Amino acid sequence: MIADVVPTPTWYLVLAAVLFGIGAVGVLVRRNPLVLFMCIELMLNAVNLSFVALSRKLGDIGGQTAVFFVLVVAAAEVVVGLGIIVSIIRRRPGATADDLATLKG
Amino acid sequence: MIGLVAQVGDWPTPVVDWHALAPELVLIAGINLVLATDLLLEEGRKWATATLTGFVLLGAFVPVVTLAVIGGDVRALFDGRYVIDDFALILKALFLLTGYVVVLMSQTELEEGGYYQGEFYVLLLCSVLGMVMMTSSRDLVSVFIALELLSIPAYMLAAWRKRDRKSNEAGVKFYLLGVFASAVLLYGMSLLYGATGSTRFDEIAASLASGDLIGLQIVGITFVIAGFAFKVSAVPFHTWAPDTYEGAPTPVTAFLSVASKAAGFVALVLVIFTAFPTADGVYGPLVWVLAALTMTVGNVIALRQTNIVRMLAYSSVSQGGFILMPLAFVNSGDAAEPALKAVVVYLLVYGFTNLGAFAVVIAVARKTRSGAITSFGGLISYAPGLTVLMTLFLASLAGIPPLGGWIAKFNAFKAVLDAGSGSGYALAVVGAVNTAIAAAYYLRVMREMWMNDPPDGDRAPIVTPAPVATALGITAAGTVVLGIVPGLVLRFADLQDLTGALGG
Repeated sequence: MIADVVPTPTWYLVLAAVLFGIGAVGVLVRRNPLVLFMCIELMLNAVNLSFVALSRKLGDIGGQTAVFFVLVVAAAEVVVGLGIIVSIIRRRPGATADDLATLKG
Repeated sequence: MIGLVAQVGDWPTPVVDWHALAPELVLIAGINLVLATDLLLEEGRKWATATLTGFVLLGAFVPVVTLAVIGGDVRALFDGRYVIDDFALILKALFLLTGYVVVLMSQTELEEGGYYQGEFYVLLLCSVLGMVMMTSSRDLVSVFIALELLSIPAYMLAAWRKRDRKSNEAGVKFYLLGVFASAVLLYGMSLLYGATGSTRFDEIAASLASGDLIGLQIVGITFVIAGFAFKVSAVPFHTWAPDTYEGAPTPVTAFLSVASKAAGFVALVLVIFTAFPTADGVYGPLVWVLAALTMTVGNVIALRQTNIVRMLAYSSVSQGGFILMPLAFVNSGDAAEPALKAVVVYLLVYGFTNLGAFAVVIAVARKTRSGAITSFGGLISYAPGLTVLMTLFLASLAGIPPLGGWIAKFNAFKAVLDAGSGSGYALAVVGAVNTAIAAAYYLRVMREMWMNDPPDGDRAPIVTPAPVATALGITAAGTVVLGIVPGLVLRFADLQDLTGALGG
């Protein structure tokens, strides 16, 4: 029965890979800077899941420690990123990543 | 409860070598000091924060020098996760000096532009601290933290001119691609950790060397290299670089193109030499292709640029290809030792030369208010000093003897040829062709300066502010001295030290 199936770390690794893939595809196809940003966060969380699952599989605490560092750095990145994106949206409401084409060549 | 306390008491207290950590500690103290000073100063006296930042960077230089003079054993801290060896010291010196020169270059620009001065220098110091930490990191987590510490302030610096469209755009492009690269890098790190069971470089190397590579390890290594390839703006991960370089304030561009890029290379050197040297079946072809593409694409696009900063941006992309070149052959033949020397020497020479070129651009743009290459027309008739210096820097970038750039290119080619394999010779041919192409666009700027007339006929002399003149002096001296006596720095690039520290 379904209840008998015990999830193994491999399940979580597959889930992490899928989440990372969704995030990466999102970065490549979406155009709104905020959505791009959410996709990147999804990728970072996939990394966290992968670290924790592998840490559990190896019986080693190192991977879980790494997650704390990733979390803190991701929070710092959010602050900086939102600051930059807000300063753009203020100057140009409704800007998408395609509109940012003053610089090219 | 008492038992718990007793247990805690049994924990071994980590032995901290304070002397070895002194450069970082001075920087941390300096960051707080500049931040506090900025709060207390009134608007008209903010220039003092620049002076203070200069002193902090020079102050951090002192322990680097004492560590180098005392020499002796490699100092490993925190279970070998943080190592101070000759390789780390010479690059710490490079980053501190780069930081100092960038402060000199920013001073006038920030004062005249009315930007937020105190915050600028605090962020600059944070970024330099990240770079200084990067040189010593020997663990996936500490490399990641160092990388983010140097990148996050750099995103803000790129977007510094808040009300300027170009600067905004430079910041957001740099930020989105930088964070994306971090995510890719981290995912690679997590797979590498899972496949080898450790985050420490020496243990990863031992695990990778112990058997055939498995799929997870190959994917992990590929993702890690790709993540760092963004940082060093290797083609095809270079798209952010020219836009960010053009849009950011010019001193920040100089900082990004030299220090931030060098830090990316330091990270690449560390992972390739210490974490997976034996996996050359994976990174060898990858780095080979990246190097060949980076040189060629960077050069071809640089040829048709009309903006000097954009041209220097693509030129720096293509120079990155030459630095990557020896890294493809770390495990083949006797190429390891020359490869490490080549990368270190190239980073130092490139640092001085490129900073110098940007300093000239800043000095000239103060008068011409233009970024076009044609605005350099007839520079010799009203600013002979700047013309000679710019010629010197461009000649060094092109690799003309006896300047630093020549010795850097010579070492890079020597390392590739030492590998003694067919793919090594092939890459050397690609490099040689690219050296010739690159000379074309460097010579075009020289011709503009020496042969043509000023576009608007204005021959009023350029007044170079004292700090920019000092920056020019330092970089010109570095470019010439490294070309004539490269032996000064070669002893710091000792392979035995770098890999030996991991055994102990």
